[in-house]
Amino acid sequence: MLVSLEIIHHLGYLEKEMVKSNTVIAATKEKEMVPCARDVLELESTFEKLEQELREINRNHAALRQNLIELMDIDSLLRMTEDFFEEPGNQRCSPNELFIAGVIKQERFPAFEKVLWRLFHGNFVLRHAEMQATEELQAVRGAVKKDVFIIFVQGDHVREKIRKVCEGFRASLYSCPKTLYEPKQMSTSVMTQMEDLRMILRRTEEYRAGVLTRAAEHVQEWGSKVKKMKAIYYTLNLCNIDITQKLIVAEIWCPVSDLTLVQSALIKGSEQSGSSVTPVLNRIQTQQTPPTFNRTNTFTEGFQAIIDAYGVGTYQEINPASYTIVTFPFLFAVMFGDCGHGLVMTLFAVWVTSQLTDVVIGGRYIILLMGMFSIYTGLIYNDCFSKSFNIFGSSWCVLSMFHPHGPWQNETLHEYHHLQLNPFVPGVYSGDPYVFGIDPVWNIASNKLSFLNSFKMKMSVILGVSHMLFGVALSLVNFVHFRKFQDIFLQFVPQLIFMLSLFGYLIFLILYKWCITLRSETAPSILLLFINMMLFDYQSEHVLLYRGQVVGSSLVLAGIVGGWSECKFTLSHLQNHDCALQQKWLPTAPGVSMGDIFVYQAIHTIEFCLGCISNTASYLRLWALSLAHAELSEVLWRMVLQVGLKISSGMGSLMLVVLFAAFAVLTVTVLLIMEGLSAFLHALRLHWVEFQNKFYEGSGYKFTPLSFDSLLKTQQ
Amino acid sequence: MASLLFCGPKLAACGLVLSIWGVIMLAMLGIFFTTHSAVLIEDVPFTEKDMEDGPTALQNIYKLYNQVGYNCFIAAAIYVGIGFLSFCQIHLNKRKEYLVH
Repeated sequence: MLVSLEIIHHLGYLEKEMVKSNTVIAATKEKEMVPCARDVLELESTFEKLEQELREINRNHAALRQNLIELMDIDSLLRMTEDFFEEPGNQRCSPNELFIAGVIKQERFPAFEKVLWRLFHGNFVLRHAEMQATEELQAVRGAVKKDVFIIFVQGDHVREKIRKVCEGFRASLYSCPKTLYEPKQMSTSVMTQMEDLRMILRRTEEYRAGVLTRAAEHVQEWGSKVKKMKAIYYTLNLCNIDITQKLIVAEIWCPVSDLTLVQSALIKGSEQSGSSVTPVLNRIQTQQTPPTFNRTNTFTEGFQAIIDAYGVGTYQEINPASYTIVTFPFLFAVMFGDCGHGLVMTLFAVWVTSQLTDVVIGGRYIILLMGMFSIYTGLIYNDCFSKSFNIFGSSWCVLSMFHPHGPWQNETLHEYHHLQLNPFVPGVYSGDPYVFGIDPVWNIASNKLSFLNSFKMKMSVILGVSHMLFGVALSLVNFVHFRKFQDIFLQFVPQLIFMLSLFGYLIFLILYKWCITLRSETAPSILLLFINMMLFDYQSEHVLLYRGQVVGSSLVLAGIVGGWSECKFTLSHLQNHDCALQQKWLPTAPGVSMGDIFVYQAIHTIEFCLGCISNTASYLRLWALSLAHAELSEVLWRMVLQVGLKISSGMGSLMLVVLFAAFAVLTVTVLLIMEGLSAFLHALRLHWVEFQNKFYEGSGYKFTPLSFDSLLKTQQ
Repeated sequence: MASLLFCGPKLAACGLVLSIWGVIMLAMLGIFFTTHSAVLIEDVPFTEKDMEDGPTALQNIYKLYNQVGYNCFIAAAIYVGIGFLSFCQIHLNKRKEYLVH
């Protein structure tokens, strides 16, 4: 394992160098075979060699660069001294006088000058000039500004002092020609040296680039090989080594149906590596809980992922993922409900599924199903970009409201701005509802929302109660599988009866009221009926929905049932208590009395009952979100597209082009992405909380075998 | 010929998708307007004057419907042009990609 750490170090260094010099790392597409032990040594030696070579190149490069910097300094120094000597009055220089020239950072120069003043009390001449910052200079040395300076001073012994000062200020000193003619020679020699150095540097860089490019072709392949080796060694480390130091013993989890597969893979592996011992596979008993493994294909993988995100199922518990494939897109679609948007979403999902097959996006089938279901609910709500389709002919007829059938005259149209269609006038309402979905006449009615709100609220309650009853039914399956038959009687049946007696009755009232014909002015409200039932309020002046409406019994039933489920844990705890007394070595929990158990179960029962009511109300978000979506869609049409449509002149078409583009962009960003995410989130919450808390425990852990695909995917 | 390329590959692809959507949707809207669909009554710019009692009231409204319908068709035709332009841009972008290598 130390081996692989070194290799990873080398590989990291290589990759860093490549990034620094901007070499392109080629991506490999073929899957490489897993390397065996000898490959490890080979890879290691290759890496070491490469790294040494690169380090040497870098060292040389740095040294050459330093040389170049010095030469550049000398060059600009020479130029400055040339200028200085050309100034009149500086030609002569006595033998006692000496001058020193050098280069110093610009920011340190003032302090340098001050120190020199203090030292020599003004007995010196100091000239300085800023070094020209050429492009090359900047590339080589960076953005540091430097000054060239030259000091004339009298006396011999001061040379040491100045040298020490310059050292302190980290200025580099260079030897300087004394006469006028030497600078020219020095200048030319410096120039040639610089040219040479530049060429050498260029060659070095080219060589380095060549080495890196050759390595870059393989680095991806090496990287994945190293990762695989590391994973294998890590997994092998988890096994035990046998006493004889020659065998490895491992305890593994394995799906029962795959036992033969594992056996054959072991045999194949032992043949390939040429060992003499055949591997042995035995089933052993254990008290530990096995991990949960749900076989998925590319289609169901996404749905399983969203269930697992909340909690991985307990071992052998019923898996709600298979039902989620249908209920999740359906609940999404109820909140999204627009066939135009649904169509756009479906087309997008089809494009993603067909085009991007190599990048596996787990959610693409979810989006595809969500889109298809949205087209369906869009057709039911009869809503396409906020307009309705009139495919089958509306059941309402306005013409019949006029004379001679109905009360309206020509003058009625002039007097009133809002007119109401009376369905009891013969001919106005044909008697047969619209064939599929909401009648298109509602789209142009001004009381559209009163009708749709009532419809959507009742529909949400019906869908919610059905979903929750389905969840309770799944808990029955769990009880049967785990052989907890007393729980069926003590938990499932009371829950079922409670829900049916209250919410089942509510659904019955809703469906009944939808089916019969009522005058809307005198129709009783279901909400008021329900509240009166709770309060045991049966005053006769309230209009009854049907004859013989006596509903107290359902309430009493609900009450009985609540007490029934109380008995559940009491009984089971009593049973456990008896068992504990019989087996004397099991310690009984101190302070657990009948009263505690009773209170615990009471809390549990109240939690379930109140939870039912709050969960049913929670399903009203199906109504709320679909209302929000419909209204946003209508606002977008009216504020954006209608402005262009209402211009009847020729300019209208140009405005329409521009406004349609704005409409499309806003539809995609606001209605599809924002509302889509919102509806997705709420549908998910409904599944996780309201549906799954009826039956799902979710306290297992996932079965994670070593998989190279997922390993390489996560580390990329 | 290289100067004909004025937008990148992503913008051109967006333009193509937008034009296809625009052509389909505006053409359908045009058809629905010219068949005088009642659902689209609020999108037609009629005034009080058009609804005065008289023999031509209905024809006035129908004429307005037709005008809006023709506007939609013209806009759809403009989008065909924009779509063709975007398609050419995508083509040029692909060619440029091949040339560099």
